[in-house]
Amino acid sequence: MSQRILISNGRVIDPAGGSDGIADVLIEGGRIAEVGRSIVADGAMEIDASGLVVAPGFVDAHTHLRDPGYEYKEDIASGTRAAARGGFTTVCAMPNTDPAMDNRSVIEYVLREAQARAYVRVLPIGAVTKRREGKELAELGDLAQAGCVAFSDDGAPVWDATVMRRALEYASAFGLPIIDHCEDASLAKDGVMHEGWVSTRLGLRGQPAAAEEAAVARDVALAEATGGHIHIAHVSTRGAIEVIRAAKRRGARVTAEVTPHHLTLTDEVVAFGAGGGEALIYDTDAKVNPPLRSAGDVDACVDALAEGAIDCIATDHAPHAVIEKLCEFDDAAFGISGLETAFGLCMRLVDDGRVELPALIERMTIAPVRALGLDRHVPQIGTLAVGAPGDVVVLDPEREWTVEPERFASKGKNTPLRGVSLRGRVVATVAGGRMVHRMEEAAVSGR
Amino acid sequence: MTSIRTAETRVAETSLPEQAAEEQGWRRSHLLDLDDFSADELDLVMRTTDAMKEVLSREVPRVPALRGTTVVTLFYENSTRTRASFELAGKVLGADAINVSASGSSVSKGESLVDTVKTLRAIGAGVLVMRHNRSGAPYLAARHADCSVINAGDGLHAHPTQALLDLYTMRSQLGDVRGKKVVIVGDIAHSRVARSNLWSLAAMGAEVTLCAPPTLIPAGLRAGEGELPRVRIETDLDRAIEGADVVMALRMQLERMQGGFVPGMREYSRLYQVNGERLARAQKNALVMHPGPMNEGVEISHEVAHGLQSRVEEQVTNGVAVRMAVLWLVTRTARSRNASGGKAAS
Amino acid sequence: MPDPLIMSADDVRRAVTRIAHEIVEHNRGASELVLIGMQTRGVPLAQRLARAIESFEGVRVPVGSLDVGLYRDDLPERGPSVNIQPSELPEIAGKRVVLVDDVLYTGRTVRAALDALIDYGRPGRIQLAVLVDRGHRELPIRADFVGKNVPTSRRDDVQVRLEETDGEDSVQVKAVREAEVPS
Repeated sequence: MSQRILISNGRVIDPAGGSDGIADVLIEGGRIAEVGRSIVADGAMEIDASGLVVAPGFVDAHTHLRDPGYEYKEDIASGTRAAARGGFTTVCAMPNTDPAMDNRSVIEYVLREAQARAYVRVLPIGAVTKRREGKELAELGDLAQAGCVAFSDDGAPVWDATVMRRALEYASAFGLPIIDHCEDASLAKDGVMHEGWVSTRLGLRGQPAAAEEAAVARDVALAEATGGHIHIAHVSTRGAIEVIRAAKRRGARVTAEVTPHHLTLTDEVVAFGAGGGEALIYDTDAKVNPPLRSAGDVDACVDALAEGAIDCIATDHAPHAVIEKLCEFDDAAFGISGLETAFGLCMRLVDDGRVELPALIERMTIAPVRALGLDRHVPQIGTLAVGAPGDVVVLDPEREWTVEPERFASKGKNTPLRGVSLRGRVVATVAGGRMVHRMEEAAVSGR
Repeated sequence: MTSIRTAETRVAETSLPEQAAEEQGWRRSHLLDLDDFSADELDLVMRTTDAMKEVLSREVPRVPALRGTTVVTLFYENSTRTRASFELAGKVLGADAINVSASGSSVSKGESLVDTVKTLRAIGAGVLVMRHNRSGAPYLAARHADCSVINAGDGLHAHPTQALLDLYTMRSQLGDVRGKKVVIVGDIAHSRVARSNLWSLAAMGAEVTLCAPPTLIPAGLRAGEGELPRVRIETDLDRAIEGADVVMALRMQLERMQGGFVPGMREYSRLYQVNGERLARAQKNALVMHPGPMNEGVEISHEVAHGLQSRVEEQVTNGVAVRMAVLWLVTRTARSRNASGGKAAS
Repeated sequence: MPDPLIMSADDVRRAVTRIAHEIVEHNRGASELVLIGMQTRGVPLAQRLARAIESFEGVRVPVGSLDVGLYRDDLPERGPSVNIQPSELPEIAGKRVVLVDDVLYTGRTVRAALDALIDYGRPGRIQLAVLVDRGHRELPIRADFVGKNVPTSRRDDVQVRLEETDGEDSVQVKAVREAEVPS
């Protein structure tokens, strides 16, 4: 059921359309009906967005909804509700569920659940191999027809180069990308954080940066050899970025994404926490794969995002239950619950002058769409063009707030940002023409 | 850039009463690692150990300092000597000592570490002495246990009481370690003993050389040698041992050969064994030390292990006194904190 | 306003001399005597007493030091010292031990010393000599030899300074302000 929603007087930024100025946005019948000045709409729900920013709803190319199979960590309802609070109107759901999303019936389940219970749009990503074991190709054609927008075995890499080669060749028939979690199996073995001074200090086994770089190099070579499209998930190292940059220059079909935490947090957060403390805490909420890296790597990621070597931002939202993190560091699960902090965390880049706000919005809206070709499945997604899906987000880039995981809509409270102050908040989210998230003040007055 | 704190005294929240000016500060109710110890704090532990040694020398080595306190040794890893050392230390101080053995990963085998620690606290543990195969485990315990936690060795990370007794042993012979050359040779990458010794020796002004094959030097140290101002990395033992005042050999484990870190024990012992010939290049009365247990014939020759310069037995003896000192110091802090209503902090 | 001076350097000197005489008189000589000073300031006091006794009696009395830090299982008002020293005791079995301390207050320190001494051996008898007795005993303990009785309030701080430890001899009473009283 969709309403008429009028969002007025906001600074409307539509990167796809190249516009940035004060305007009103009218959403009707589930679509963008009009964008202009002084729109009048009787009976519409009105949001006064004076002093706020209005943009297309964010698109997340990488989310773990954990449903089916791991509903104690998250399910389609709670995960998409978290997405809505984070300003995301579309999430691409990774297939490491149980059973894995490696056949049509699981995809159909996910789409049915999403239809009934999701707050925002869910686009399924099918597995590359059966049961994500990395050995036999899954029925990629069937998955494509069922609605998958890409294929991936994430959280695992496709270990075997020949399997990856076949996957790239085969998937190109359907024009869909393979998303790879790039990690060399033997180099990264047993590593629980980035290998460097901090891991030495903490006495924890590290994953060297070379483990990612070597795997990225392999995938790039295979993409070029096969003509297939490889999308590198959650890039985190300077070395991998250089490989990707060079490949793009050569015209290879390589795209890449980066997470908000890899753009802002270093391995020191594992040791001392994100709150700037001085005592060792071994923060399991900072345990993630790929791990938080060195300051040099973080810097390289920011530059690459700004310049375009990395195409877009994706959250890699990975919720876990409390007991899976309340244990010894080696035994803790990998992952950060990131949907609800993504915008606030990325705003640090704007505040530091590394990226301008319109560019940041671009990297979170039309850029993931272009990288994965999502507009072939959902026309005009990630834009505010007339007729585009009614996916709009209202942002307050100035608003400061403190991260309180207990108040997350996500079941996953695992974030290293507990108690940290962020600047930049999602005030309201409209998905498919429905208001799916709204902060109290946003109802009438907007501020 | 992370660096070692040297002379600053770490001041944490405290509600201890005011003390006379000449008294040193000890605000810790936990002992997790030596990485934030000042030289003053280390000195205090050394002096306290002196007093404890005197107690051990009596005909009836018993004092009521920890009477009414229950010391629980919670060991997830086997270790006869360290456990016995702590148990004895507690008993000499009049504490009740209880040993609890847990095995392997607590998550897969039943009670989580946090639950175990809370249970022990509920039983009445005043001090938890923990040895665990996972780095960082005692930090987790300290956050959730409302009692003192002493780290008896966690994974690859730290073994503070070992480093303290090593320091005590060195000082007994050398007086001050400032400016003295200490060589630590062996599997540095997997050694929590090496790591803790690094902190304490650096804080006390010793010149430390770490010697190992490149595969056994931790990656983080190779990359950032400059992070540790007084520490030299050397892969050639003959060079490293020149003029050393102390040579500390670390145990070389079979798994390292199986893990591909070194081609074999034969090559390792040829290049890195502390034997008489090499020892001759060190200072005339250089101390030979080893945290034990020793693999004679591998990292240390039989002759040197039992020779005149070997201080291995003294290390063990000093271990009891050092652990008594540590038990007493953390308990004292926890008690005064409880008396003034505060919560135990590190 | 300066803290009142209870004993000047001369007062301290005279008290030490008088106590030395009292000890010898009470024990009918200096044989079998052992002086044990309590850390910290009891130790130089014990040494002074021994020197005084040697000067008029011609007998060198053995002197030892006792640190009772490890015997205090209660928490005194002002917090236990972090520094504990190794104790050094001569043979005490069967001897007439005189414990020497600077200030006698609640008596808990002395009680701990009694425990310690009994752990070391079986003294024949134990006596107590103090420079200042400030009252407020919490245990049935009394000093055999007292330099000066100084009535104090619980809020007062009695500060003894000795040449050997503080550079001068004096005893002062400092009134502690409301805000500084530990709870």
